[in-house]
Amino acid sequence: AAPLSAAKSPFSTDEKKTSREDVTSYNNYYEFGTGKEDPAANAGSLKTSPWTVKVDGMVGKKAEFAVEDLIKSSALEERVYRMRCVEGWSMVIPWVGFPLADLIKRVEPLGSAKYVAFETAYRPEEMSGVQSMFPVLDWPYVEGLRLDEAMNPLAILAVGLYGETLPNQNGAPIRLVVPWKYGFKGIKSITRISFVEKQPETSWNRQAPSEYGFYANVNPSVDHPRWSQATERRIGEGGLFVKRRPTLMFNGYADQVASLYTGMDLRKFY
Amino acid sequence: MAGRASVQGEKKAFALPQVPKIAVYLVGFIPAVWLFYAGVTDQLGADPMRYLEQGLGLWALRFLIATLAITPLRQLFNVNLLRYRRAVGLLAFYYAALHLLTYLVLDQGLDLPAIVADIVKRPYITIGMATFVILVPLAVTSNNAAIRRMGGQAWAKLHRLVYAAAIGAALHFLLVVKSWPPEPIIYAAIVAVLLGYRLIRSSVKKPSARRRPA
Repeated sequence: AAPLSAAKSPFSTDEKKTSREDVTSYNNYYEFGTGKEDPAANAGSLKTSPWTVKVDGMVGKKAEFAVEDLIKSSALEERVYRMRCVEGWSMVIPWVGFPLADLIKRVEPLGSAKYVAFETAYRPEEMSGVQSMFPVLDWPYVEGLRLDEAMNPLAILAVGLYGETLPNQNGAPIRLVVPWKYGFKGIKSITRISFVEKQPETSWNRQAPSEYGFYANVNPSVDHPRWSQATERRIGEGGLFVKRRPTLMFNGYADQVASLYTGMDLRKFY
Repeated sequence: MAGRASVQGEKKAFALPQVPKIAVYLVGFIPAVWLFYAGVTDQLGADPMRYLEQGLGLWALRFLIATLAITPLRQLFNVNLLRYRRAVGLLAFYYAALHLLTYLVLDQGLDLPAIVADIVKRPYITIGMATFVILVPLAVTSNNAAIRRMGGQAWAKLHRLVYAAAIGAALHFLLVVKSWPPEPIIYAAIVAVLLGYRLIRSSVKKPSARRRPA
C-alpha cells in the first residue's frame, strides 16, 4: 500500500475509528470467498495495476480513466465514515477518496441519464470465489444509484483507507462508498460506470429481491425479512462482551440525505 | 434411534480399542474451552462474539451429525461406536445450550423484549429455539434410569425426535446466512443423507423379515 495525502473533511465523524487490523481482516467480498477472513487471505491474487475504469452510456464525454490518473487529478479527502453492514455489524473507517460527483461532472451526463450503474471486475483466474461450485451471486457484481444519490456530496469513490491505497480485500484499486446505505451498495474494484435511463439491476436484489432492495438505505425500522435491523454491533468494541447500539436512520446521515427520499414509502422502496 | 440395535449383534463387530467414555467428554469439550479462552484473550478476530456464537452452534450440529452417523457406521461398515453415542449426543446438547446462552447473554445482552421478538418474528431463531427445546427431553432421559423407567420402546420412540432436531439445526444454519454459501448446504446434505439412509432402510427391510427361526 502506497501512502496517499488527503485533506480533512467536515463530513468526517469523530467517532472512534475501527482498527486498521479489523478493517482489513473482516471483509465481505464474495469474489474471494464467503468467509469474513477469505478476502484478506485470497484477494492478493487480484492484479490491480494497471487498472482502468470505463465510463459509458448517456454521457457527453465517454472515457476510460486510469486509476493512477484519477488519483493524481482529484483533490483527495479523508472521509471518516460509519459503515453499517446489512448483517448487523458496523465499523468506522477513514476512507481516502474523492466525491463521485466530481467524476460525474467531468463526463457530462445527458439529460436522459437518471441512474448510474457500476460493475466490478470479473476475473475467474484471479478470483477464487467465482470459481466455486456453488455460485453465491451472479458475477460480475453490479450495483447502482439514482443520479441524484450519486451526486450527493457524501457519495465518494474511495482509493484508500488509513492514509494508504486500498488493500485488495477492501476493494482496490477503486470502490464506491455510500455511507447512508448498507455496505453491500459499496461496490468494490470498479471497472465500469454507466449512465442509464432505467433503474439498473443490482446483484443482491437479483439474488433475493424480497430481502435486498435497490435503495438499501440503512433503516432501523425496516427489518431484513430474516433479522432485525434495529441494532448493530460495532466491530472492535468490547470484544466478546460487545454491546449492541441502536442503528440510526440513514446510518446517522439523515441531515444530508433524507431529502433525497421525501414522499417515498421507505417500506416499499427498501 | 436405538430400535434395531440389538438385532444386529450376530456379526462380529470390527474391534476398536475401547476408551473410557469420560475421554469422549474431555476431547469433546476442547473446542468450547478453546473458543472461550481465545475469545477472552482476543484471538477470535474482529468479531469475537459472533465467532464464538457460530462456533458453538457449528459444534452442536457436528455432534448431532456424529450421533446420527453411529447407526449407519455399524450397519454398513461394522464399526461399533454405540457405547459412545450417549456421550456424543449429550455433547451436542451441551454445545446447543452454550450456543443459546451466548445468543441470550453476549449477543442480545439479555434484552428480553428483543429476544422474544426474535423468537416470534425470525423463522431461523424460532427454528433454533424449537430445536433446542426438542433436545431437552432427550438430554434429560439420556441415562440408564430413564430407560428403565420409560421402557426401551417408549424411550427409543422419544429419542427418534433427534431426527427432527437434526433437520431443525440444519435449517437454522441455512436460514441465517446470506445467499447459498457452501458450508450450510454441505451440512444440510449430510443430515439429509443420514436421515434418508434410515428412511430407505426402514422401507426396504421390514423388521419382521429379519427375524430368524430359533
